[in-house]
Order: sequence, then C-alpha cells, then structure tokens
Amino acid sequence: MINDTAAKPHDAHRGHTVHYDPVAGKIGMWLFLFTEVLLFGTLFIAFAVYLQKYHFEFREASGHLDKVMGAANTVILLTSSLTMALSIAVLERAKKRLSLLLLTITILFALAFLGIKSVEWGAKFAHDLYPKSATMLQKPVGEQVFYGLYFTMTGLHALHVIIGAGIIMIAMVLVKKERTHAERINFLQNTGLYWHLVDLVWILLFPLFYLIG
Amino acid sequence: MSSQPAASPMSLPNYLEARPGILSWLTTTDHKRIGVLYLASMMPFFLVAASFAVMFRLELFSPGQQFLTNDQYNRLLTVHGVVMIFLFIIPGIPAVFGNFFLPIMIGAEDVSFPRINLMSWYCYVSGAVLALISVAVGPPDTGWTFYVPYSVKTHPNVLLPMAAAFILGWSSILTGLNFVATVHRLRAKAMGWFEMPLFVWSLYATGWVQIVATPVVGITLVMVLLERFLGIPIFDPARGGDPVLYQHMFWIYSHPAVYIMVLPAMGVVSEIIPTFSRKKIFGYRYIVFSSIAIAAIGSLVWGHHMFTSGMADVARIVFSFLTFFVAVPSAVKVFNWLATMYKGSVWLAPPMVWALMFILLFSIGGLTGLINASLSLDVHLHDTAWVVSHFHFTMFGGTGVIFFAALHYWWPKVFGKMYNNTIAYLAAGIFFFGFLATYLPLFFAGARGMPRRYADYLPEYEIYHKISTIGSWFLFASLLLLLGNLVYSLFKGKRAPISPWGGATLEWRTATPPPTLNFDGEPDLSRGAYEYPEQVDHD
Repeated sequence: MINDTAAKPHDAHRGHTVHYDPVAGKIGMWLFLFTEVLLFGTLFIAFAVYLQKYHFEFREASGHLDKVMGAANTVILLTSSLTMALSIAVLERAKKRLSLLLLTITILFALAFLGIKSVEWGAKFAHDLYPKSATMLQKPVGEQVFYGLYFTMTGLHALHVIIGAGIIMIAMVLVKKERTHAERINFLQNTGLYWHLVDLVWILLFPLFYLIG
Repeated sequence: MSSQPAASPMSLPNYLEARPGILSWLTTTDHKRIGVLYLASMMPFFLVAASFAVMFRLELFSPGQQFLTNDQYNRLLTVHGVVMIFLFIIPGIPAVFGNFFLPIMIGAEDVSFPRINLMSWYCYVSGAVLALISVAVGPPDTGWTFYVPYSVKTHPNVLLPMAAAFILGWSSILTGLNFVATVHRLRAKAMGWFEMPLFVWSLYATGWVQIVATPVVGITLVMVLLERFLGIPIFDPARGGDPVLYQHMFWIYSHPAVYIMVLPAMGVVSEIIPTFSRKKIFGYRYIVFSSIAIAAIGSLVWGHHMFTSGMADVARIVFSFLTFFVAVPSAVKVFNWLATMYKGSVWLAPPMVWALMFILLFSIGGLTGLINASLSLDVHLHDTAWVVSHFHFTMFGGTGVIFFAALHYWWPKVFGKMYNNTIAYLAAGIFFFGFLATYLPLFFAGARGMPRRYADYLPEYEIYHKISTIGSWFLFASLLLLLGNLVYSLFKGKRAPISPWGGATLEWRTATPPPTLNFDGEPDLSRGAYEYPEQVDHD
C-alpha cells in the first residue's frame, strides 16, 4: 500500500522533479506530530514528577485556577476541532465556500480561546502571581513549581494555537485560490491533523491543571 | 587502477555543472548539492574544534598553569564539546553522505521533501552562526551537557549555545523525517525492504531515533532558558526543582544521540567491507535487525550516565543490564564484518584501511564501555579521564574514523576526482599512531584517578598527559594532511571512473559525478546491492 509510486511529471523549467505525493505528505506530518507529542510529553513527565513530589501544594495551587474559564476553553477547542474536520469533509465534496466558512469559524474559536486564556493569565498577573513576583516568592516552593509549569505548558500550548491559526489562514488562502481542492487536499488534511493535536494537548492540560484541586 | 572505462560524457550534465552560480547552490533542492553544502560548512567547524582541543591539551602538557587561565580552559573545553557534538558528529554522516547517497542507493531522484531538506541545511547554518556568535561574545563554560543548576547561574552567556543546540536539533529532526519518508515512498519498485543497501537501513533506523529523541532535549533546553531568564522554577533545587530530572531529560536524548552518531557509521562499514572483500555481506538480515535493536535498546540506556547522580538501586541495575545488552547487537555487526572478510579477496585501498581501523578502535571503545556499565566499577571510573578516552574511542575512533572512510570511499563519486593514494595511506598511518598516543594514556590516568575536565593535575599524572599531548599533535597533523590531500585532488586529481572500487550499490552504476536526477534513464536493478560479478583488477 505504501509503495505505490506517485506520478512524477518532470518540470523542465526548474530542471528538477516536482511531484505530488499525498501519502509521503501524510507520513511526514505524522512523524512531525510524533515530535510534538514528545515535546509536550517531556513537560508532562516533569508535571508527573512534581505532582508526586509536591502533591499537597499542587492541589492547593490548582484550586486557585478558574475552572469555568478552563472548561469554556475546552468546549471551544473541541468544537473548533469539529469545524476543522467538517471543513475537510465538505471540501472533499467540492463545497469550497462552505469549507472556507467553517475554517473562518475555526479561526474565530481559536481567537476566543486565546482571549479567555489572556483574561486568565491577566488575572494571575493582577494578583501579583507571576514568576519571581513578591507574592509568588512567599509561596511554598511546590506551588511555585506548579505555577512555573502552568505558565510554561499553557504558554507553549497557546503558542501552538497561534501557529495553528496561522496555518489555517494559509490553508484558507490556498483553498480560495484553488491550489488546495478536492483532488489535492493534502495541505488542508495536514492542517487538520495539526489542529487536532493542539486540541488533544489541551484535553490533557485541562484536567491536570484545573481539576486536581 | 580499474579496468572499467573512465566516465564518458553522458547525455545529461552532472549535478555540479547543471546550474552555475553561488545562488543556484544556495537555493538548490538537489539532495546531492545539499550534501556538499553540509560538507563544506561542516569541515571548518570541525577543524576549529579540533584546534581548540590541541590548545587545551597543550595546557595539560605540564602540571600547573601554562598559558591558559582556568576560565579560558573551561570555555575551550565547552566549545570543543558543543561544536564537535552538535555541528560535526551528530549531523556528520547522515547530513553529508546520507543526503548524497540515500536517494541514489534506492534508485530515487531525490528525497521526499526536497525543500524541507534545504530548510534543514539553513537550520544547520543558523545554529552554526549562533554558535560562532557565542564564541565571539564570550564562550560558555558549562561543558556541553549544560547541567543545572550551574547553567542557570553561571555568568557567561548560555543563551546562544543552547539556542544553537535547539535549532540544530530541528535540523536533525527534519533530516531524519525526510529520510524515513523517502525510504517508505521513493524506493525503486523492484527494491524490497531486504534488498536495500545496509547504509540505507542504518539511516532509516537513525531517522527514527532522531525523530523520537531530539524533541526531548529541545524542550529541556527551553526549560533551562525559561528558568534562567524568566525565573520559572523547574530544575533549580534552591527553588523546589529537581536537577536530577534535568539529567534524565538531557540523557534521554543525548544517549540515543550517540547511536544517531554511530549507526550511520556502522552502515558505511557494511558498504565498504563487502566492496573491498569482493564478497557478499555476511548475515544481511542480522545486520538489519541489529541496527533496529541498537536503535530500540539504545533509547533505554540513558541512566548509565547517572549511576552516581542519585537513582534507585533497581533503576541502576536495570540501566546497567540494558547497557550490557545493547553491546550484543553491536558485537553481532562486528562478527558479521569479520565473517564477510573471511576468505574474501581483500583489497586494502584507503577506505578499507580506515574501515579496519574503525573495527579495532571501536571495539576498544565498546569493550571499555562494558567496564563503565558495571555499577561497582563505574563508581570509581565516573568523571575520570577513563570515560573521556572511552568516549573518544567510540565517537572519534568510531564515527569520526568512518566519516574519513566515507570521505575516501565516496569522494571520487561526489567530485569525480581521484586523490593521491600514498598520501591517503600516510595520513591514515599518522592518524592511527596519533590516536592511540592521545587516548590510550588517558585510560591509565583515569583508572588511577585523574578526573576529567580539570585544567590542572597532580605530578604523578604527568607522563600520561605528556604522551597524550604529543599524540594530539600527530593527530591534528594527520587531519590536515588527509583533508589537504582530498582538497588538492579537486584541482589536480585524475578523473574518477564510474566505479573505482567495483562497488555494487546503485551509486556505482550511474555517471561520475551523477546527473541532477541521479540516473540517465531507469536505474539498473538487475543485480543486488552485494553481488560482485566481475573482478576488479588493481595493484
């Protein structure tokens, strides 16, 4: 299955072979996602180690995170994964405009997620809770480590949301210009895979940070 | 030297002449040109890092302070390690020879993602430039392992070298990802998995290790930087962090990294030995599975760097066992190479001389590794010059030597020029002598308690350091001779034939140098990668 060779039209102008191989594209994307999983996985290992070491402090600090906002963001990201998947499904049926609409909604969800996240971070900063702040330094070291991991992991995740939204915008341009279409849908599918990973990481972050308190 | 006709002008221009101009090189997506770009950008760093080693070995010529302050010594040592590890020995064989030959060996026109391939070279160059700037503004003094809490607190700049390591990690990931996808998708239809050359297999196994291990160290370095610059407590014990956790995360990557370094080298040996023995490789499948076993088991032995760092006894015993266990597939390969040569028609051309040198030096490195793996002995040997010597026997005597073997093996194909054999033999001889003189004494000094990384030592270690320092001069001279001989051949060398060694893999069945799309027409897959029908006469 993996060995059927793709068409390789020669591109005389560039003196080089240009070929469209969606299977290779998908292999490459999955391998890249492995690296992302390991990137976050390393942080989850750190979380596990410190959760065990500072069990009480982690529960204490976790109780101070806003569960409602965290839950709202979980709903938002899960729904955005749905609109992302639907945009691929409708483009496969050649419904370009509907696909673009769904991608726009996905980006709006991403912005909503980032908005809520910034309100949450802002509230923490307003309470003088950020790395090395006076209030932070008076807290037990276990809580300091909790907040350190909280800012690191949700920050890195938010960075991925921003990058993901950027890639979705590029996908929209490609769909609009019909460089990506029903017969050549690889880019949009890979965008979807990336977006689902961003979603998946949040699904793990939410209970670990918000619900253990 | 060969009965075959010299390379006749083919209908297609070769890749070197296909498009002229610097710009065409800097924007190329041709895997062969990218391989050459890597080679050209790598060699200056290699020579600089080697000269740093000569400098701090000179400081160690006599006890007491000679011409380097302790601070300068620490910095030279760190830059030597960082550059050699991240800029030479990790990317070395895959980025240069893997890029150039993997697609040709499987009958493909290029890698699966040529533009990502070029991007990975630019990542490499960016990382290299950051490392250069770091040397200019004040080199780090942490050692190449960046251990916390020192790396969080030390005064010299650590942002630049750590950022460099992070970016170089992405270069490595992208190369590995490209190779894995290429092997799956672009193998010639007629070539089954177990018909691929063993170099391709080793690059495939290495690609997986690069993909799976590198992100771990990447994010770990980011955490150290966050801790250092934003004060986010993660590893600093004074603020509730766990420095041993850092060591785990660092070695989860950095031990597999030594297999990223050595697996491709073993692949090259599996090409050179059968070619120069005129005999089919012995135990093809065993070599394949040992590559996979090394990649798998080698990912689970990182704890042996931390036997004295504080770990549960159970963990220490498991890591010790696994470390002994990973030696088995390596030994399988050595026996296969020896069996390949047995009753073969061995031709001691320069690449073969280097490959044989590898077997000896790497075996010494591997066997001394078993001594380190023993829990009780490691308590004595940990952080001594013994470990430095063990490491250099495996990495320099192993991967470094095979890098030179590969240079001599494939140079005629890459550049279409033959180098001077006499000088190549001479350089190899001086190298061998210099290598043993440099590193053997360190085993003795280390076993007698000489700690590693120190700028000074007690008088009773003087004899070992004297021999080692003198050896380093021979070593460095041989490197200059070796590289000079190769570069000279570019201008004055004889034209290379299609197959100067009579190799059977596909790169020896296309023009020298190959055309841009590698083959003039379809690649000839009528015989296997290790079937040598005709005898090459040589003198």
